[in-house]
Amino acid sequence: MNRATGPGAIPRRRFGSSIGFAVLAVPLFAFIAFVLLLVGYLVANGIGVLSWEFLSKPPTAGMTEGGILPCIIGTVLVTFVSLAFSVPVGVFSGIYLAEYAPNNLLTRAIRSSVRSLAGVPSIVYGLFGVALFVNAMNLGMSVLASGLTLGLVNLPWIIATCEEAISAIPSSFREGALALGSTKWEAIRRNVLPYAFPGILTGVLLAVARTAGETAPILFTGVTYYTRQLPNSLLSRFMALPYHLFTLATQHDKIAEVRPVAFGTALVLVLFVLLFDALAFVIRMRVARTNTWQV
Amino acid sequence: MKLRNLGDRAARLVFLANALLAAVVLLGILGYLLVYGLRTFTGTSVAGFLFGGRWNPDAYGEPVYGLVPLLAGSFFTTLIALAVGIPVGVAGAVFIAERLKGRFRVVVKTVVELFAGFPSVVLGFFGLVVVAPFISRLFNVPSGLGLLNAGFILALMSLPTIISVSDDALRVVPQSYREAAYALGATPWTTAIRVVLPAAKSGILAAVMLGFGRAIGETMAVLMVAGNAAIIPKAIFDPVQTITATIAIELGEVPFHTTHFYALFALGLVLFLIALATNLVAESLIRREKKSFTL
Amino acid sequence: MSGETRIAIENLNLHFGANHVLRDVGFNIPANAVTAIMGPSGCGKSTLLRCINRMNDLILSARITGRIVIDGENVYSPRVDVIDLRRRVGMVFQKPNPFPKSIFENVAFGLRIHRLGDSGEIRARVEKALVQANLWEEVKDRLQDNAFSLSGGQQQRLCLARAIAVGPEIVLLDEPASALDPHSTAKLEELIVELKREYTIVIVTHNMQQAARVSDHCAFLMLGELAEWGKTEQVFTKPKDKRTEDFLMGKFG
Repeated sequence: MNRATGPGAIPRRRFGSSIGFAVLAVPLFAFIAFVLLLVGYLVANGIGVLSWEFLSKPPTAGMTEGGILPCIIGTVLVTFVSLAFSVPVGVFSGIYLAEYAPNNLLTRAIRSSVRSLAGVPSIVYGLFGVALFVNAMNLGMSVLASGLTLGLVNLPWIIATCEEAISAIPSSFREGALALGSTKWEAIRRNVLPYAFPGILTGVLLAVARTAGETAPILFTGVTYYTRQLPNSLLSRFMALPYHLFTLATQHDKIAEVRPVAFGTALVLVLFVLLFDALAFVIRMRVARTNTWQV
Repeated sequence: MKLRNLGDRAARLVFLANALLAAVVLLGILGYLLVYGLRTFTGTSVAGFLFGGRWNPDAYGEPVYGLVPLLAGSFFTTLIALAVGIPVGVAGAVFIAERLKGRFRVVVKTVVELFAGFPSVVLGFFGLVVVAPFISRLFNVPSGLGLLNAGFILALMSLPTIISVSDDALRVVPQSYREAAYALGATPWTTAIRVVLPAAKSGILAAVMLGFGRAIGETMAVLMVAGNAAIIPKAIFDPVQTITATIAIELGEVPFHTTHFYALFALGLVLFLIALATNLVAESLIRREKKSFTL
Repeated sequence: MSGETRIAIENLNLHFGANHVLRDVGFNIPANAVTAIMGPSGCGKSTLLRCINRMNDLILSARITGRIVIDGENVYSPRVDVIDLRRRVGMVFQKPNPFPKSIFENVAFGLRIHRLGDSGEIRARVEKALVQANLWEEVKDRLQDNAFSLSGGQQQRLCLARAIAVGPEIVLLDEPASALDPHSTAKLEELIVELKREYTIVIVTHNMQQAARVSDHCAFLMLGELAEWGKTEQVFTKPKDKRTEDFLMGKFG
């Protein structure tokens, strides 16, 4: 009378329990379906506009024709400037918090500041950028002012992911190097950072995705509705994808005529964002599969 | 040997200096907002700002800077967002935390988390071209731009925050609580709703706070769909103007160092303080939940 | 002492993935007595205990064959409702795990989820369970206090009260004293011996003295195999199996 049984064959599940969870799942899956449909909707409406010309030409005929090249360049440029600031600062801060920070008031204050910065509304960063970079530091409305403002916006994300990535490395990695007589910094550089690198990279890629879509911080620090010239210095003004979409959607006097361009711009922005999200996701998955020390 | 130790110390100092920058930036933002924001009150009274029922900086002769209608705009849109976001978000988190395992869980969590970085202009655009006409037709109102639309879009934007923070809160509930309930003959549903959820209540409350912070600080999407009229709304279809949208609309047109300019910083100060308080409370709630399990 | 068999374990095998954790285990657990499952750590004794109320169902990789028969019915039969089984078979865990609720609500929890009685009846049953668990005198004036305000020993007795409040016939104890101080342990052991009048008790322990003090019967597990089982007195004084003898002489951890 030996019968194989087990969890797969759990008899008579209580229906109430399953129904309860099903009720919880409905809004969640509705939300997920919405997200997927939203992307699908943008693809369906924007794909027709996408062409080599759209990606490689500046706008013409009062934005109703031509492409969005200056916006792509502007977005890539400010995103790059922002990371050039926030990645080194963020990685160093992450190293400090994960490896050096003693458990004292100062450390708690730093951690609390990082979390608070992450919660500061992006428009407030915009105000700060106007006051500090545009005005006090006299950078004017420029790629640099916008880039630095965006750098402050994504700094707390980078710090948090770096600290997490570094803390995930087992302490035996450090101890091994320390026991061989290396200094703490040498141990970190040779035996911790290389292993934390994929995690840090994931954080940076996610930061790229989110930064590219940010609008409020650049509104008054450098972005412009239209400029004939591509930015030729860090002090130039620039066009950007999210702001371009905003103006086409709300500020343009021929809203119906620019609608296709708006859809195209939205799609390019979303694809840009999703590309970096996907890269981050692939790296995270690969790390999870290959790292045997990560539980 | 000496040089090596010196290098080690220098490295530590560099890291500390970078980590301190987070605190410096936070204080810097507060500083600028205070210095500029408080200058508003050389041109208008504190009571007039805090309790004034009209925001009309362009009025001939006597511009007025009353916070109340803007605060009402921010407050009501956020209220609608949370009315949708809390039940959907918490229900979704319970489902994810208690029911989803393995690969499926990773996929669902990834979609939710990546949506947190979805460009807000694109969501605003969606609200403008899809949600607004839908509301207008469904309820037979002249414009679909207003409180309801903004509340809906903000609900979507606060959902990832509410879901992930709630999920974290539920996941840190010790497995021993679940086992105790199962051993008494509780179904998974009873266990989730009557044991795990109550045990995680401070963490869930933190999730709600952070969702609130996310919604009240959002700029671009609400700017595009709220209708932007600085009046206290009387009906759910009325246009509203949030604090964030006001800054975004007006900062571009205002000459530097005027009362109006300073008043926008005062608005920023209000937002900053709300966000900071929200974050600090959420942080202490999360700490409290974790502490409640270590007894 | 009644010798009537309450739980019959027959040819029980359990795998966690590729690990063969329990191998062909079979023995009988008599009613209204204390049966101890002993063995060195890692021998599978807790896993065996958790088979009886099917707590291993929660572990996805677990595969179980064989039978555990309670009152003539195999608990792994598709006809058995696992929820009802767990109401009839109570369990107390290694570390006290009260819910973050009041003392009263902890004991009332099982009664409420199984809708056993109105509020007056629940009150009466909670009191009865706390009296049986020897905790009533200590907590009767502070029933609304949080359960975490109790000491470790009190928390464990509270968990016992919570388990017996729903009226189980069998109580499983998984190393219930391992997190307690000697004084609380002594109190708990006394209680276990008292409770056997009403319940069939199965206790897992790696502490032989404890097994000797509280149990009437015992089973000795070694690397997932049953080395021997029988009356405690006999197993302790005249072990038949070499492995049992070695363990009793302290040759294994």
